[in-house]
Amino acid sequence: MPDNGHARLIALCQQDNEITDVVMTTEAEGPGLVLGATLGGKRAALLMQSSGVGNSVNALTILKSCAAPCLLIVTMRGEFDDFNPWQVTMGAMTESTLKACGFLTYRVERAEDVEDIVTGGCNMAYGNNLQVAVLLAQRMIKRSKGAH
Amino acid sequence: MLDRREFVGRLLADRGELLVVTGLGTPTFDVNACGDHPLNFYIWGGMGCTAMVGLGLALARPDRRIAVITGDGDLLMGMGSLATIGAKQPRNLSIVVLDNGHYGATGMQASATATGIDLAGTATSCRFRQVRSVSQIDETVDVRKILHSGQGPIFIHAKIKANDPPRVIPSRDGQAIKQRFIEASAKHI
Repeated sequence: MPDNGHARLIALCQQDNEITDVVMTTEAEGPGLVLGATLGGKRAALLMQSSGVGNSVNALTILKSCAAPCLLIVTMRGEFDDFNPWQVTMGAMTESTLKACGFLTYRVERAEDVEDIVTGGCNMAYGNNLQVAVLLAQRMIKRSKGAH
Repeated sequence: MLDRREFVGRLLADRGELLVVTGLGTPTFDVNACGDHPLNFYIWGGMGCTAMVGLGLALARPDRRIAVITGDGDLLMGMGSLATIGAKQPRNLSIVVLDNGHYGATGMQASATATGIDLAGTATSCRFRQVRSVSQIDETVDVRKILHSGQGPIFIHAKIKANDPPRVIPSRDGQAIKQRFIEASAKHI
């Protein structure tokens, strides 16, 4: 699902012949897609902003039920200097919601940590059939060169 | 109007290598009533996600044909999935909706389709390549052919009677059903 913080990654995925990208109408479609890919012997990852975690809660639980590996990369909203106060409530509950859905969560506060944590998250997810979320801090995204 | 068990039974006769994903509730029981099969994946949670499981599988396994068999309630809850599928145009995916206009598993409350909301029309609008409505059992022969050789995305809108047949309950162990399915479908054809 689109977000400014994911814009460059989405474009890179779409250009990569080894990656199949699917644009969804709601984040709630994501866990089903991941489970289906798992059944077909492929790895799948989800990109969404923190509000989308709330949209997906019941669907996310199927991944734990089936031990379907998933890497979820979440761009945080409503946690630091967000101009829209309506984002704050969901942003504040995003990490605890993911934990409640059975996800391991890792927060990234500094751009230089992204590669290491995402790599470790992939190893955890696909090596052990776990559900792993990497939360990209809003402050880091706002300060990163190239973020829109 | 179709009897759901008879329709699903004829639809899945001689199914060969067809991969089948079932929506939670009565469609899962209908498919299991035809005989448990290692190429069945039964969904027991996440209502609204069945069509997307089918899409994920279809994209991961372009060498196989996939049939999603689900109900109107599940599809209504994930209706945006039809747009997502239409955008991706998977040639190997069929969605079969058993539409009785009711939520059968929870006490037969009426669903939106009972008021005339047209799921087949929605599928057409979402660029499904073949959309077929079926209400007579004799038509199942044609529908089965479409399922096995038509070019997807295919949408089969089966109008079924609102009855509540006995529950024929398959395994509820998600990890076991997943593992069995992966092993049984690993062969590439």
